[in-house]
Amino acid sequence: MSNMKLTRRGLIKTGAVAGATGLALPTYLRADGHAGFLNAPQGSTVTLGFNVPQSGPYADEGADELRAYELAVEHLNGEGDGGMMNTFTSKALQGNGILGKKVEYVTGDTQTKSDAARASAKSMIEKDGAIMITGGSSSGVAVAVQALCQEAGVIFMAGLTHSNDTTGKDKRANGFRHFFNSYMSGAALAPVLQAAYGSDRKAYHLTADYNWGYTTEEAVRTSTEAMGWETVNTVLTPLTQTDFSSYIAPVLQSGADVLVLNHYGGNMVNSLTNAVQFGLRDKQVNGKNFEIVVPLYSRLMAKGAGANVKGIFGSTNWHWSLQDEGSKAFVKSFGTKYGFPPSQAAHTCYVQALLYADAVERAGTFNPCGVVEALEGFEFDGMGNGPTLYRAEDHQCFKDVLVVKGKEEPTSEFDLLEIVEVTPVEQVTYAPDHPQFAGGSLGTCNPGA
Amino acid sequence: MDAIILQILNGLDKGSAYALIALGLTLIFGTLGVVNFAHGALFMIGAFCAVTLSRILTLSHEVIDETKTDFLGNPLKVDVPYIYDIFGQATGDVIIDWAVPISILFAIPVMVGIGFAMERGLIKHFYKRPHADQILVTFGLAIVLQEIIKYFYGANPIPTPAPDAFRGSFDFGAMLGFDPNTIIYPYWRLVYFAFAAVIIGAVFAFLQFTTFGMVVRAGMADRETVGLLGINIDKRFTIMFGIAAAVAGLAGVMYTPINSPNYHMGMDFLVLSFVVVVVGGMGSLSGAVLAGFLLGILESFASMAIVLETLPGINQIIIYLVAIIILLTRPRGLMGRKGVMEE
Repeated sequence: MSNMKLTRRGLIKTGAVAGATGLALPTYLRADGHAGFLNAPQGSTVTLGFNVPQSGPYADEGADELRAYELAVEHLNGEGDGGMMNTFTSKALQGNGILGKKVEYVTGDTQTKSDAARASAKSMIEKDGAIMITGGSSSGVAVAVQALCQEAGVIFMAGLTHSNDTTGKDKRANGFRHFFNSYMSGAALAPVLQAAYGSDRKAYHLTADYNWGYTTEEAVRTSTEAMGWETVNTVLTPLTQTDFSSYIAPVLQSGADVLVLNHYGGNMVNSLTNAVQFGLRDKQVNGKNFEIVVPLYSRLMAKGAGANVKGIFGSTNWHWSLQDEGSKAFVKSFGTKYGFPPSQAAHTCYVQALLYADAVERAGTFNPCGVVEALEGFEFDGMGNGPTLYRAEDHQCFKDVLVVKGKEEPTSEFDLLEIVEVTPVEQVTYAPDHPQFAGGSLGTCNPGA
Repeated sequence: MDAIILQILNGLDKGSAYALIALGLTLIFGTLGVVNFAHGALFMIGAFCAVTLSRILTLSHEVIDETKTDFLGNPLKVDVPYIYDIFGQATGDVIIDWAVPISILFAIPVMVGIGFAMERGLIKHFYKRPHADQILVTFGLAIVLQEIIKYFYGANPIPTPAPDAFRGSFDFGAMLGFDPNTIIYPYWRLVYFAFAAVIIGAVFAFLQFTTFGMVVRAGMADRETVGLLGINIDKRFTIMFGIAAAVAGLAGVMYTPINSPNYHMGMDFLVLSFVVVVVGGMGSLSGAVLAGFLLGILESFASMAIVLETLPGINQIIIYLVAIIILLTRPRGLMGRKGVMEE
């Protein structure tokens, strides 16, 4: 460990000296590109670690993430049709692996438990020599694995994680998030909700009692209150809750005319199903139709809720029905290989794998500090979300956000959501020191050796 | 007042599920002396009987619709259920709509069969083993069963809606003279409560008013003496295991419209159901039912916003808190009999 710190200091000193003398030498040693960092690839291959939920409640989402990673590996190694590599604005990737090394991978099972996710990531780093860890379907897991990767000295490319904290108070120099966050959901949803339901509304929040729930409630509450809505009550619900009837029954008595379900996964499926069963959507309160809002939608979860999602607004990071060239290329690759369209989890994971590989190519090294530098402030397009920036200050991607609605007349089991608005990136961008992201700092990159 | 009535109603359907599962657990414990940790899995399998029948009823053949395209731009393949070909679309839709109630008929033989297979194939080998061994093997079995279900049906919840006729909710508030919308209650939950009451009544009547039930009750009281009278009590107890499995399964079938079933739902109910059994009194059927409803209602009250503001987190511990108090003041539970689990 002490050796690692000395080396890192040495690197920083080198950069500082170089900067002081006016040389454009980066903080990693380009001449020593394949040494001086943890798990430097030996031989003709490089190993990536895909840490996804393969068991537990998000196993289906994890399976879709793994499919996306396998597709990304194929494309990186020059197999298949290349997918988004053909539409990606950076042309550093050549389809010959990464820096000429064939991409191999190992997988771990996060079980959507922080300790299990850390253990599987640790094993992939220490035993399998993974140079980068990516994946996951929960913010708790993302924050835990990100911290581990920072300590170990490998890059973490987050999978599906929506909590503000991942790139807020828990951000790390070695960690990067392509997925959007709670703040962006609130900022994108609020104007659409105002247009659809007006400014004079009383909202009742049911919030999953954990990190993601808190940040999502805060983001949606702040955004909706700013446009004139009143928050009449916020109630925390246990993450293990399956029957939400006792939480939903008092909603109408509160005088609220909108129910915001800050729930994800099984919680969302059950709370939404229960709310619809109670007939909330058939009621008139304060002279208005009662409405339900689900801030974070997932197609896989929408499938679990069935017809209950019809007409309900929410936000999503990406949807397979987008018609830009990048999305079409990815849907074609994925759909041809697997027979069904990819989920947003699959999309973000595929993009993260390509972005990592591209950053390595542009940096000319696998050294995590080189990769960090290549990703910070990187602007790109052609990956399904329009022009995108990997902001240097917090390692968060800034791009358009989709506001979606449960489709009234779905034509297939995948056709559950329709895009009602593509919220431009400017509208969801915030200052790095925004109160919802306060605390924590990136620190410095750790090359691990 | 209206809030209290509302939470009592809420507690009734939750209590119905607890009571049905706990009833089966108690039946098995009372007859076979086995602590069956796989009972939650039987509830889950029952729910998946409904999912399976829904899928059977919607088994389809593909028809190409040239006017529409799929996500890859190919002509859209539309699934047409075979049942449309047999009964016509209108009748077919009605049958599919009523899949959950129809599943009761499907689930009874399946669950009884699974119960027999479980008892004869595995659990009978553990009758004379300590309760700890029984718990370990049945808990292991529960995990195996849920992983099998996950393998075939995936990890995501599967929507299994109630028939259209039972969607929506009933306004009790308006009926009782309160403001409209103050006490609303979904129709299907009323159905669930009524169904649970019928099943519980039927089990009690079966044990109370039939010769078979009389023998079983005698066996529960003194297995050895009944055996000495030349009655094959083991066979009857195996049948009771099958009946207990069917009760749990039916509870699961009817629960599917309330919460979309997933492979984990049995575990969600299992621990609470054991608390229900312990609070009701080990081996006491009426205690299990009473405690089921009591704890269901208490859990609902603990989830009220006003209660949570006063005692944050009480909703997560109320059942266990009550269990501790009952066990401290009435170690045998509410209606426990002397001598059960005390040897």
